[in-house]
Amino acid sequence: MANISLIPCGDFKTSYGSDTTIFPTVTSRNFAILGVLLLLACPFFMDRYWLNLCIQIGYLGIAALGLNILVGFTGQISIGHAAFFGFGAFASAWLSNSYGVPVALAIPLAGVMTTAVGMVFGLPAARLKGLYLAIATLAAQYILQDFFARAGWFTGGVAGTIAEPFTLFGFAFDTDESYFYVVLVYVVVMYVLATNLMRSRDGRALVAVRDHYLSAEIMGINLTKYRTMSFGISSFYAGIGGALYAHYLQFVSVEGFTILFSIQFLGMIIIGGLGSIMGSLMGTAFMVLLPEVMQAVTSALQGTAIDTALNLKEAIAFLREMAIGVAIILFLVFEPDGLAHRWKQIKAYWKLYPFSH
Amino acid sequence: MPGVPAATHQSHDTPASAAMFEARGVSLRFGGVQALTDVSFSIRKGELFSIIGPNGAGKTSMVNCISGRYRPTTGKVFFNGRDITGMTPNHRASLGIGRTFQNLALFGHMTVLDNIMVGRHHLLKNNFLTGSLYWLTGARKEELAHRREVEEIIDFLEIQHVRKAVAGTLSYGLRKRVELARAVALKPDLILLDEPMAGMNLEEKEDMARYIVDLNEEWGMTVVMIEHDMGVVMDISHRVMVLEFGKKIAEGTPEEVLADPRVKRAYLGEDDEDETAPAQEVA
Repeated sequence: MANISLIPCGDFKTSYGSDTTIFPTVTSRNFAILGVLLLLACPFFMDRYWLNLCIQIGYLGIAALGLNILVGFTGQISIGHAAFFGFGAFASAWLSNSYGVPVALAIPLAGVMTTAVGMVFGLPAARLKGLYLAIATLAAQYILQDFFARAGWFTGGVAGTIAEPFTLFGFAFDTDESYFYVVLVYVVVMYVLATNLMRSRDGRALVAVRDHYLSAEIMGINLTKYRTMSFGISSFYAGIGGALYAHYLQFVSVEGFTILFSIQFLGMIIIGGLGSIMGSLMGTAFMVLLPEVMQAVTSALQGTAIDTALNLKEAIAFLREMAIGVAIILFLVFEPDGLAHRWKQIKAYWKLYPFSH
Repeated sequence: MPGVPAATHQSHDTPASAAMFEARGVSLRFGGVQALTDVSFSIRKGELFSIIGPNGAGKTSMVNCISGRYRPTTGKVFFNGRDITGMTPNHRASLGIGRTFQNLALFGHMTVLDNIMVGRHHLLKNNFLTGSLYWLTGARKEELAHRREVEEIIDFLEIQHVRKAVAGTLSYGLRKRVELARAVALKPDLILLDEPMAGMNLEEKEDMARYIVDLNEEWGMTVVMIEHDMGVVMDISHRVMVLEFGKKIAEGTPEEVLADPRVKRAYLGEDDEDETAPAQEVA
């Protein structure tokens, strides 16, 4: 069953308030809190390498969530998301370098600046749809990329720019162990904000615009406003993600924010599940961890016949890229609703095990 | 409040009073196709007004002119005395005009509850910022207050059992009802129903007719209905307007309209050489 309810038998809601909570049951809420607490303990037993991956999942996940709000929830396509991610990174570095804005403040401000830029590029979105919009966002991608390379005052030009480490009350979060907490806090806050957005007025309006824009208009929804707003919100998330990235690496270079990166963001939300909040994070984790899995498989196969036949050691570089492509295709064919949907089905299966009806 | 309406027919036993909506000389043209030609009529407050006519007569075009999807090529439309000809559809929702569509137009991936909550859009105050901060800004309180009212609509239309279902998975008859619920959630003064009973069986039709009459009498909404089922139209309408080839050929009480020779000719195919005219449409 596609939409099986997982509310335990006899768990009746007695108020509208308890029927509109984020988590359907107390147990699921407690599990989520437990999950966050476990993550808090991560830096104590994880090594640098894995912490680095977790941090990547964090800031990319925030940006992917932004793209999911735009593509998954509002139904607007964008293939310029990496450019907004990059703009957020540069904006935050620029604010702290040129104006001495504390990094803790520069990150949200960078988000706001990216919002403004995103809305400018989002304006044509109010009139364009589908393929035409894709091309318009492609223009945004290239315009911004060119801007990064030329605007030396803002980005440091081809040399790139340094970014101050995140400091709060004199404590510098400049190690993987400490920065992990910064990213974790941002991930939790941004995901909670997005969840709230999607269950309130304007979030519903965005979905309405996606599902049936003509009747959305009859319901009193201003299409131009909401399509532009969706670009703005999406860019805000991208900007925050980018800013976190900048202060993690403490250096931003003009390369990297390419169209390929934009398409990777699209891959994340397709794999995770279009129109699913948690799916964005799952998809990001999948994309970040897939190369690691590939690496592990390669080293496991070392010395075997497959290794000698394919020359895995050298082939790993392009096999990674291919694996991402294959994963996207497989998901589109077998699980178009993404990991989020698969997760729901797994939960439903175990809930009803061993009787599936 | 007598004396206000500027209608063409005088003798009705309708509860109507002032003209709520008025169309003055509305013409609509798409390239070479003349969809509506100089249609004028008015709808009084509290009325159940039906628009009938053969297929392609311009009924839906007329409703689209009222709801704002089309802008008349010439002519004007007034709502509560205000010229709304150039007003966008989304603005008209807050004036109190709601509608349903001939072909289902639900938000297919949303739950029934969310679909109906979208109808409250113009009544809700929170925006994307306050909505994101849900607990801190009163968004939650507002949601719950509106949820209460939405539940009343759900009760009224008897769709409690599907309130958490995804709209796209529902059966046709239920979807029609959810769409009506969504339009009712707008709290409209004037509700436009485009073929609310199309494709329904007798029982569903009877239910729907009951809902429409209740909306009109209990909820105090002025109803404009397009419907092909003559039995229902003649039973529940206060007044009926007949369109044919984009022109108004009759307007009045059901009895007057049925007695009109032009309506008989256009609709029933009487006194016409063309024997293939669709007489079976009159159930």
